[in-house]
Amino acid sequence: MGPTLYRKKGPLIVFLLPAFLFLILFLYYPFLQNIWNSFSHITGLGTPAQGLNQPWYGNYVTLFTDPKLRTALGNTVLLTLCTVVFQVGIALILALLVDSIHVGAQLFRTLYFFPIVISATALGLMFNLIFLFNGGMLNQLLSNLGLISQNIDWKDTDHFLFTMFAPVMWQYVGFYFVILVTGLNNISQDLYEAAALDGCTGFSQVRYVTLPLLRNVLCTCLVLAITGALKVFDLPWVMFGAGMPQDQGWLTGTYMYDQTFNRGNVDYGSTIAILIVVLGVLFSNIANRVFKPRDYI
Amino acid sequence: MKKITPAKAGIYTVLTLWALTTLYPFIWVILNSFREKGLIRRDSFSIPLPGSGLTLDNYAKAMDRFDFGNAYLNSLIVSVTVTIAVILIAGFAAYGLVRFRFKLRGVCYSLIMAGMMFPVFSTIIPVFRMEAAWGIASSGSRWLSLLAVILPQIAGNLCFAIIVLMGFIESVPLELEESAYIDGCNVFQVYFHIIMPAAKSSFATVAIFSFLWSYNDLFTQNFFLRVPREKTITLLLNEISSQAGVDYGLMAASVVLIVVPVLMVYIFLQKHIIKGLTAGAVKG
Repeated sequence: MGPTLYRKKGPLIVFLLPAFLFLILFLYYPFLQNIWNSFSHITGLGTPAQGLNQPWYGNYVTLFTDPKLRTALGNTVLLTLCTVVFQVGIALILALLVDSIHVGAQLFRTLYFFPIVISATALGLMFNLIFLFNGGMLNQLLSNLGLISQNIDWKDTDHFLFTMFAPVMWQYVGFYFVILVTGLNNISQDLYEAAALDGCTGFSQVRYVTLPLLRNVLCTCLVLAITGALKVFDLPWVMFGAGMPQDQGWLTGTYMYDQTFNRGNVDYGSTIAILIVVLGVLFSNIANRVFKPRDYI
Repeated sequence: MKKITPAKAGIYTVLTLWALTTLYPFIWVILNSFREKGLIRRDSFSIPLPGSGLTLDNYAKAMDRFDFGNAYLNSLIVSVTVTIAVILIAGFAAYGLVRFRFKLRGVCYSLIMAGMMFPVFSTIIPVFRMEAAWGIASSGSRWLSLLAVILPQIAGNLCFAIIVLMGFIESVPLELEESAYIDGCNVFQVYFHIIMPAAKSSFATVAIFSFLWSYNDLFTQNFFLRVPREKTITLLLNEISSQAGVDYGLMAASVVLIVVPVLMVYIFLQKHIIKGLTAGAVKG
């Protein structure tokens, strides 16, 4: 039994009611409503549904035949993969390096984490300046170094994937870095000393001591990275707008927004939203299976 | 003096290189926001000096053409309200879930974890239609429109806030609460006089993050705020990016104007920010 103070359950209503009222009204109910909407026919945000779709599962058929959605899905899956490999990968390397130094570790933490607090809108605008065709930072830098003779159009069909993905990944490396550093700090120093006595140093120490012990934290990072990648909206929207270049630059987030707002296709937008949730659950389950958290020690 | 080995030097080189990628773009933008318009495209790497390209024109023009004051005000109203509401509501809920033992406790906890999974895309349309039916959204009134943003933003931040706060409240020693109770405090007095002060730093973390996410959010704000006088700072920046055209000095100055307040918050409060975020993430 809990302490006497908490025997009476009356006050509990006051504590829990406001939170659950908000969650039910603005999270759970809209989510269920959204499922219903995906079967209905809705042409405007403020207008009521005009009955069910003909056939009622029509939007789900469209999901499979819509070439733009296929592009959006392809790009989003690619982004998710890149996120896992580069974002978490770079973060892991940086975390291992910072863990091995003493002077300046705090400074590097502060600097690496810093892009996360800046809004994606501001970052998008900043990267627009950096990737500018005529006189952007990157083109000026490359031509000053004599690496290119002609300016590169960073947003054309050959380069847009890099231009879109690099800022998204760059922004969140610091986030995973900080989580991994915290995980590294929790590994007991004794283990390293024991490993060193057994002749295990340097890279093999990382391979056989650090990485296995970091597995659970890495798994958390992967799930966060995957669900995060599926939700990406602001940065690509500010930098590329509606599907530039030539309908090749869609992501599921930007495509859903465009369908709902600019094309008045509200019910189809709802369907895409459900697809995003389903993918999120699916991908994070796969990640959990592959990198199953284990209870060591 | 310790010797600097080649390995150490290599490590510091790699770390410094990445630090440059996070820091230099901002420095570049700040430098160019003070540079004369035509010079940015030719020579953007030098430091602008008085007499050779230094100017405040970009800021004057940004302030003149766009209503930054009004946008800051809107952003502050939204973000401060969201922050205070999240602290109050999430603190209550976290306390109730940690300290009381009741039948539906497990269900409540799972519901909150599930709430973290829903992306805002999947709830925004019904929320918009619901609020339009209530007469809050797209009503033409500035205050109602801001309220229409505030409500879903509170709900969106609650789950994360509750989970972080639960972790911290759990670590407050029960004896304190017991003795306060014996001294005649009721549950609410215990919450406000014992729990809140004891978990102060975690409340600070939650406040900072609710504020930053609300201030930086583009998606929800873009959905509800369509009229110029309702625009927040994020929306204003979005608008500038489509209007400024080739005036890169203006763009750079606008970026600096929106980033500086956040930068100040970060520099002063960075310990809370990093500590609290990792506590929440690693637990969850």
